[in-house]
Amino acid sequence: MPDFATLRSRPEFWLAGVIVILCAALSLSTPSFLSLSNFVDLTESYAVQAIMATGLFVVLIAGGIDISFAATASVAQYVAALLATHYGLSPFLVIPAGLVVGTGLGFLNAALIHYARVNSIIITIATMNVYFALLMYATGGHSIYNLPEWWSERVTFLQFETSGGDLIRITLPIVVMVVSLLLCWVLLTLSRTGRQLYAMGGNAEAARRIGLNISKLQFFAYGFAGFMAALAGLVQANRVGEAVPNALYGTELSVLSAAVLGGASLLGGVGTIGGITLGILLLAIIQNGLNLLDISPYCFEIITGAIILASTTLTALSVQSRKRSRLVEEAPIPEQAHV
Amino acid sequence: MSENLPVTGNKTGHSASMTDLAAPFRRLFPARVSGQALAALALAIGFSLIVPGFFSLGSMRSMMFQLPQLGLLALAMAIPMMSGGLNLAIIAIANACGLAMVTVLGHLPLAGHGTGYVGFCIVIVLMVGAVLGTALGGVTGWLIVRTKVHPILVTLGIMSIVEGTSIWLTRGEVVSGLPALYGQIGNASLAQIPLAFLAFLAVAGVVHLLLQHTAFGISIRMIGSNALATRYSAVDVDRVTIRIYALSGFLCFCAACLMLARFNSASAAYAKSYLLVTVLAAVLGGVDPNGGFGRVTGLVLAMIMLQLIATGFNLLGFSDYLTLAIWGLVLIGVACAQSMVKKRR
Amino acid sequence: MTGAVFLELCHVHKTFGSFQALRGIDWDVREGEIHCLVGENGCGKSTLIKAVSGVHAPDPGGDIRIGGRNVLPLDPMRARALGIQVVFQDLALFPNLSVAENIAFDANLGRGFSPRAAIRRKAKEILSRLGHDLPLECPVDALSIAERQIVAIARGLAGEARLIFMDEPTASLTRAEVRRLLDLVRKLSAEGIAIVFVSHRLDEVSAIAERITVMRDGRMVGTYAASGLDQRTLIHLMTGIEIATHHAPRDCSARPALLETRQLTRKGEYENVSITLHEGEVLGLTGLLGAGRTEFALSLFGMTRPDSGTLLVHGRECRFRTNQDALAAGLAYVSEDRLNLGINAEQSIVDNLDIAVLPRLANRFGTITDRARVQLAEDWVARLNIKVNSVQDAINTLSGGNQQRVILARWLASHPKILILDSPTVGVDIKNKEGIYALIRELSAQGVGILVISDEMIELFATCDRILHMRNGRIAGDYSPAHITEQALEAQIYA
Repeated sequence: MPDFATLRSRPEFWLAGVIVILCAALSLSTPSFLSLSNFVDLTESYAVQAIMATGLFVVLIAGGIDISFAATASVAQYVAALLATHYGLSPFLVIPAGLVVGTGLGFLNAALIHYARVNSIIITIATMNVYFALLMYATGGHSIYNLPEWWSERVTFLQFETSGGDLIRITLPIVVMVVSLLLCWVLLTLSRTGRQLYAMGGNAEAARRIGLNISKLQFFAYGFAGFMAALAGLVQANRVGEAVPNALYGTELSVLSAAVLGGASLLGGVGTIGGITLGILLLAIIQNGLNLLDISPYCFEIITGAIILASTTLTALSVQSRKRSRLVEEAPIPEQAHV
Repeated sequence: MSENLPVTGNKTGHSASMTDLAAPFRRLFPARVSGQALAALALAIGFSLIVPGFFSLGSMRSMMFQLPQLGLLALAMAIPMMSGGLNLAIIAIANACGLAMVTVLGHLPLAGHGTGYVGFCIVIVLMVGAVLGTALGGVTGWLIVRTKVHPILVTLGIMSIVEGTSIWLTRGEVVSGLPALYGQIGNASLAQIPLAFLAFLAVAGVVHLLLQHTAFGISIRMIGSNALATRYSAVDVDRVTIRIYALSGFLCFCAACLMLARFNSASAAYAKSYLLVTVLAAVLGGVDPNGGFGRVTGLVLAMIMLQLIATGFNLLGFSDYLTLAIWGLVLIGVACAQSMVKKRR
Repeated sequence: MTGAVFLELCHVHKTFGSFQALRGIDWDVREGEIHCLVGENGCGKSTLIKAVSGVHAPDPGGDIRIGGRNVLPLDPMRARALGIQVVFQDLALFPNLSVAENIAFDANLGRGFSPRAAIRRKAKEILSRLGHDLPLECPVDALSIAERQIVAIARGLAGEARLIFMDEPTASLTRAEVRRLLDLVRKLSAEGIAIVFVSHRLDEVSAIAERITVMRDGRMVGTYAASGLDQRTLIHLMTGIEIATHHAPRDCSARPALLETRQLTRKGEYENVSITLHEGEVLGLTGLLGAGRTEFALSLFGMTRPDSGTLLVHGRECRFRTNQDALAAGLAYVSEDRLNLGINAEQSIVDNLDIAVLPRLANRFGTITDRARVQLAEDWVARLNIKVNSVQDAINTLSGGNQQRVILARWLASHPKILILDSPTVGVDIKNKEGIYALIRELSAQGVGILVISDEMIELFATCDRILHMRNGRIAGDYSPAHITEQALEAQIYA
């Protein structure tokens, strides 16, 4: 049974606490904050980042890092958009094609990391630049505005009116985000592959000795990240109704921040999907709150930075103090009681 | 017990006199670095053969104008990397320095004063920028030391805060208002060689001296390869770490000076796309991303290579994006080649 | 006692580059026996384990047989399927996963859903079979070292083990924990599981083994019945040489004191430690691992601060804030953990040698020339007779013994008055060991006070003028090597 002490040592607990306090403060200062419609809005605005975060999260768990996912998303989005507009293909071809492109780019990352044995952060920074620059070169930076209707149209799964008269729409981005988070949770927590990924991230040498197929797992992790990035790219085009080659460029570090805020370790093997969700939620709430409070949106970055520093520092310090107390426990057990 | 495996060292078979003659050269340019020098030379020859006008004075001068900015930022990135860290805040710090300097200069009553007075004011403002850059770097280092959080995360946080503050204070707008004198000095040339390039070489030279010939510099690489053992060797690892990031911040200030001269203004959004490119440049320059290795000479040669590629493709009519893609591919190629060489050994 | 032969090795070789780690091993393990494998560091024990468990493929030509059948080529999965389990020295656990998942990780191999309930059930069953109770959902990195050891053994059992290798399982355990572990080993053996126990603690080996195999330089020296071996013979077999030169201990108490501690205490580490080190004296400090020896030495060297008590150097009270203060006061400390706390593995010999004295090498411009650095390094390489091709080579191209000499040179270059050597010959071959002992004697003749921390009796008796015994963080005894035998002191320590 998880007692309070173990609960306290988990970043999710602190995150949830901060979110509750933040929500309380915001709902006191702006009445419009604590409404269902506002909550749905802020969720939708962060859905694309959340989908990319699930992919990045799997890579982080496996002990790697991926900086190229936003570029991957843009490439997949653009290729799919081209297929849909220029060649007029049906959604049943376009969507799989986009996803295949994303997965393939992820595999390419994995191949470079696994076979060339280069640091994953370096390789993915390089591939990010290559993917993005080639996309900008090939497209000349031109957006595709004339997406077919099946893609650009807002898909609403659920629509109802609250007692206050607000129209609530559960749209495609939200649904895809929820499904992605669930899928990722099932994968990492329930499936064997997921447990192997945790194991590899926790101790790669032990994983090798126990006979896990490291290369397969690495291809899986980066391929999954590429798949999720492509999915995010397709959803993003649906949200804004066009394919813009540099729309997602620059979100790399903010998605990474969300993952880290949610308790994922850059050293691998540590983190939960719940934590990631809370990390994204926190960022979304801050941005939304600043909007509602009419505080300059320029403050957002400062606050994000301060929160990253504060949360990582607190986590690190609590881990350190836990280690110290354990050292004391490990002191030799006296064989004879000494006075 | 793998640590006990005696690995045969590579035997050097050349005669003693040869060794003595070549020794200073080899120290400055060890095998890796001379490979880079050769690659740069090959690029230069290749481009001058296929690109008409590549070897003209004009294109040489434009290269020398463009290179120093990225070069200084790459140095600012490389030094933390040698210690096993990373500084994602370099662009944010450079822009903050630039904004601070422009703002202060803009508020000084300079109009109608003589060159001497304006020059004096510029020097004072430069000092303000230097202190700001060094201090921001120092605070970053201090946080890394005190919290023991991975430098990627700390510098990510610092980046957000510094950049956010810059955006907040400027409302995201470009700030201009430099005295003409600043631009004149910044874009001046000495015997056809841009002053900016000479300044870059001077800074690189000083950093080289620091890294190779001071206790501080040697400790950086030792920390990068094994921080714990270095601490046990009576090196004040914490102090060195703070200094590493302070130096990185100071180099950001240097880059900011050049950027001011180049753009004649400052903004929170300048050079943002350079951030990850500096990582590539550092790795291409022989800096080990895991820490422990790297030289200024290698980095400067890598910068020259990258600049040759950029200018060559530019003259061929390719877009900047294609250049960026090719930079990335070059890095991937070099990384793969290195790992293949390592495997064969 | 004599079951059928379970595992058999014939002419097994293993070469890394030009280094022969295993040279023609012929060896067997019988069903259900407790077999000890001993040898000095680097003799090939670990390589042997890795060959049998499928981590390293042996060179072509040899056979590894299980139940009489050649099982090569092996991979880790296949070796485990054949009933061979290894409890590695580093345990190779997944620190982020729960106890249950670590024990029954095999259930997570392959595809599909992870059988969580079955994993819990299996882990619980194995732990109760071992007679241990651990929190199943607790992540392993929250456990103590002894508890992690249990998890590693349990994991071996979960894989239907018929033979378990235990590589230095007792290295970081307290005495009580060791006793419990040895009971467990006997219990497993009684269940018909063969145990190959690798250890360098000879008392344990004699206490538990039925047969003992000695390895040296990648070769089998021989396999002996445990009853017929005493420890002296065993050491002789392991090292090939007898360290004959017994040092004649001197009485240094009349000489001026270099280092003195009075009631030095750091809670949870050591308590009320009062020692005096005189000029030119070699003082031994022994005791079990975890008795507080290293912790005490770290405080002397300014790496940690004592809670109370006083430390005097040359009669003056010192409060070191960092080890730079200690270095300035004339202290030097060679750590026991050379790999992690000693060498900067990929850096050159020069870098490793002068790191502690770099500020002293600066010229009047404040810079350090390469020439000055190389000269210093070449000086010390010559003085300590370190075998190198070039001082610019990386230190990890050297053998363990030569690496240790470089580390010694690092500290000698600072001209210390007080030298603390923590297990100075761990992972050092016998020839280099003798060289290091000679160096210790030479330094003490020059007036350097030396504190040797060690649990090797031979080492202590070959160098020390006085030996202190530390137990549970306190000084439990003060002996002169002239008045106590190695056996008697060892009995005291392991009592």
